[in-house]
This record gives sequence, C-alpha cells and structure tokens, in this order.
Amino acid sequence: MAYIGHGLSHAIFGGAVVSYVMSINFLIGASVWGFLSALLINLTTRQRRIGADAAIGIVTTASFAMGVALISRFKTFTRSFDAALFGNVLGISDGDLAAVTVVALTAAVAVFLGYKYLLFTAFEPEIARFYGVPSGWVDAGLALVLAAVIVVSLQVLGVTMIAAALVIPPVVARLLTNDFNMMLVGSIIVGAVCGLGGLYASFYVDVSSGPAVVLFSAALFVLALGYTSIRRRLATGRGRFGRRRSTAVPDDTDT
Amino acid sequence: MLHPIPHQYEHEEPIVEIKDVTCGYDGSPVLRDVSLVVKRGDFVGLLGPSGSGKTTLLRSIMGAVSLYEGDVLVDGRSVRTNRPRVGYVPQLETIDWNFPVTVEQVVMMGRTSESVLFPWFSGRDRGMARQIMERLSIADLAGRHIRELSGGQQQRAFLARALVSSPRLLLLDEPTMGVDIKTRDEVMHLLDELNHQDVTIVMTTHEINSVAAHLPWVVCINHGIVAEGAPNDVFTPQILRRTYDAEIHVTRYRGMTLVAESPHVFGRNGRKTDMTPERE
Repeated sequence: MAYIGHGLSHAIFGGAVVSYVMSINFLIGASVWGFLSALLINLTTRQRRIGADAAIGIVTTASFAMGVALISRFKTFTRSFDAALFGNVLGISDGDLAAVTVVALTAAVAVFLGYKYLLFTAFEPEIARFYGVPSGWVDAGLALVLAAVIVVSLQVLGVTMIAAALVIPPVVARLLTNDFNMMLVGSIIVGAVCGLGGLYASFYVDVSSGPAVVLFSAALFVLALGYTSIRRRLATGRGRFGRRRSTAVPDDTDT
Repeated sequence: MLHPIPHQYEHEEPIVEIKDVTCGYDGSPVLRDVSLVVKRGDFVGLLGPSGSGKTTLLRSIMGAVSLYEGDVLVDGRSVRTNRPRVGYVPQLETIDWNFPVTVEQVVMMGRTSESVLFPWFSGRDRGMARQIMERLSIADLAGRHIRELSGGQQQRAFLARALVSSPRLLLLDEPTMGVDIKTRDEVMHLLDELNHQDVTIVMTTHEINSVAAHLPWVVCINHGIVAEGAPNDVFTPQILRRTYDAEIHVTRYRGMTLVAESPHVFGRNGRKTDMTPERE
C-alpha cells in the first residue's frame, strides 16, 4: 500500500506531461492517467504470477519514463515541469488551494463512508471478498482517491517528494499505535505537523519547501522509531530481571 | 469409491450439495468431477496432500473459485448466483500480523456486509462482537493487537469473526496447522462444542492421526474425491495410497485407527529398526 503511493506519484508525472502535450486540463488528464495506472496495477497483480511490487514497478516506471521521454522530445516544455518534479509550496495559486481543499474533503468523506470496507480490504483483500466485501470496487475507489490526492499535491511537493509525504505520516502513526482507527487519526495529525514543521524549517534554514517537509517528516520518523525501540528495550530489560509485566494475558491455553 | 456409512445425525437435509463439479483457477481445473453432500450437523474433514484441491473444494462452497462444470448448492441455492451465508476461517499463515488491527476490529469485520447502510460498525455490530468474544473467552482481549495473542487465542479471534453473523455452516482451512498439541486440542474441542450447537463444520487438515482420525466423517481428496466415510472405514492402505501417492501403513489400537505416516528411521545414526506396523 505504501509502495503504490510512491509508484503512482511517478506514474502521474507521465500523465501530467501527456496532458500538457495534448493540451488537456492538467488536473483531469493527470487524474485519469493515475487512475488508469492504478487499475492496470490491480489487473496485473490479479494474474497471480506477478507480485504487486513488480506490477507497480513496471507500470509506474514505464509511465514516468514516458513523461521524461516526451519532455526530451519536446524540449521547450522542460522548464514547466520543475514544479511537478520538485514542488513549490510557496508558489501555489488560489485555484491550487481550492483543488487541494476539495480533494482533501472528498478523501475524508470517502474514508468515512468506506471505513469498514477499507479496513477489511486492506487487511485481507481475498478473504474480504468471501465475506461479501466488493474488494475490487474498494481497490478502484481507493486508487481514484489516491490519484486525486497525488495530482493536487503535485504542484506543492512534487513527484520526488510526494511519496515520502504519503508514506511517512502513516508509518510514524503505525509505530505509535496498534489500532487502525488511532492510526487513521494519528497519520492526519502527524501529516499536519510535518507540513507545518517542514515549512518553518525551510524558512529558517533557507532550503526548498518540498525537501524541508520531507526531511522534517523523516526526522519525526527517526524519533518515533527511536522512541519505540527504547520502549521495547526497556520492557525487555525489565523482563530479564523478572519485573516485566507480561503483555500476553495469561490464560489456560499457552504458557 | 468407498460406500459411506449412514450419517449419524438428527438432520437429514443437505446444507451443501456439490454436483459433478470441475473447478479451478485461471482456466486450469484443480478438481474434476467432484460430488459431495454435507448434511446439517455434519463435522467433515477434508484430507489430502498439498495441492490436491482441499482448499479449492472449501472455496467452491463459498463460490470463490471458477466452476467449469456442475454446480454447488448451499441451502438449496446455487453459489453461482447467491453468495452463501457461511463463516470462513482462513489459514493463519496468510495473515499479516503487523497490520494495525485489534481483536475486536477483526471480529467486527465479520459484520461488514451485514449493515450496508451504515459506513461504520453499529452498536448492534459491537454488541454481537462482544457476545461472540465472550462465548469464545476472548472478550478481555478485545483491545489487544492480534500479534500479542497466543496461537489458540488467535484461532479463537478468527473463529469469532466467522461466527459473529451466526452462520449455520463453518468452513475452516487447516485450523490446527502450526500449533502445539495443547492448542490443537483446545481448537478441536471448541469446534466439537460448536458442532453440538448445530453448526455444520467442514475443515481441511493435514493431520491424519491427531485430527482426522477423531472426526466423524472424512473425505480423501486427490484432485477428486478418492473416498469418504468414517475414519475407520476410510483409513486403509489402499485408499491412503491413492490419496497420497505414497505407501502408508495402517494399524489398529484399542479400536482406533493409527496411520504410520512415515514408517522409517532417518539419520545415519538411526538404528535399522523395522517400524512398519502390522499390515491390515
């Protein structure tokens, strides 16, 4: 799931270039391209012989390569895609802000309405189907939302940084909780903190905003990892001296 | 095929009817010409080597494999057109134990399709989850992450998910695989208890002596049904040879059938002892 965010951001870059070359609205062209890429990944992985990681690698790198090839073919367009590649959070227009707001609200509503279906599909996609969950539709819906989120974030963070911004907040939240609901809420909070902290850091350290946000997120990840490692070590240490309280509830099944 | 002994249950009406089914995946048949009837209250074990089609047979009952020929009826309705109301417990080996999910959330997943109008689990869903967790003695573990449980508790959590919508048919894929003797015993007793509460059970297993031999009815599978019946009738060298494509010896001990799954001594320091039990 983390890798698909990373892959799709690269795939959508191809779509952005194609829509520019074909004079199609960027938001629509890149969204459709990203959605089709996600569906292609799903279809490829259903072949059983190809793993999801391999399918994502093939589809998204081919799509990204197509964007780069088109840029090299039409050299006059090259400058226009700097923001799409590296982001420019301080240069976004009111229109971009409106698009981000609309997509953020839509994504929130989609997650709210599809919560239990998303939970089961993310945990066991195949078994969820046996329980009557339309996993294929849930996957398609998630791909659509993900593609929209990436498209509107493209101008802000850029392709190269967007994957980290998509992946790091939930990973940090995952380190801090074992509960899916808490992780949902936690990753939103961590994402907001990363965005704000990264922008302040970019101002004070005088570096580009995109890398600053990602580096701030990475620093937060290292802190969370360190915290959980120390907590685990302390717990193990206490256990070694016989003072640790067992995390497993004693029962009559196992010792 | 062995002629099965009459079923010993009060109910005689079938809950599952598999009629001349050839099924598989991606156009390749795994099972051919399979016919099987499971009656209400049955406790059936599906036995066979790896890749023989045990899981495929189980999934055909859920309508989760492609039926190339024949039909599967559950409660008299074809699985081609109706999703059957069954509880399914997958092999625990397939579970992603790092996924952030608590025991209660796992159990409530079994209610996902029960109330399609509500995007989140309702109070009724929570109540039913609580009820089944109490019944399976895991209510005090509701807030725990699934990885923190023992093998027996994990099996109970996934059993609770399968049972939370009160299905009358429970399908289990190797519920005792990879667990210790005590946990295996506990799981089998729990299934026995459910069966006595009128839940029909069909399970796959690799364990002949410790699990299958204790079931009232077993079905030997090797890309088709080799034989079905009570273990004492089915566990013969001939049937087991046809099932496993291997020489397997059978002996009787105090009325029980014991199968010598591997009557050899391995290792260069092993004594050349003849462990072959007396043939039938």
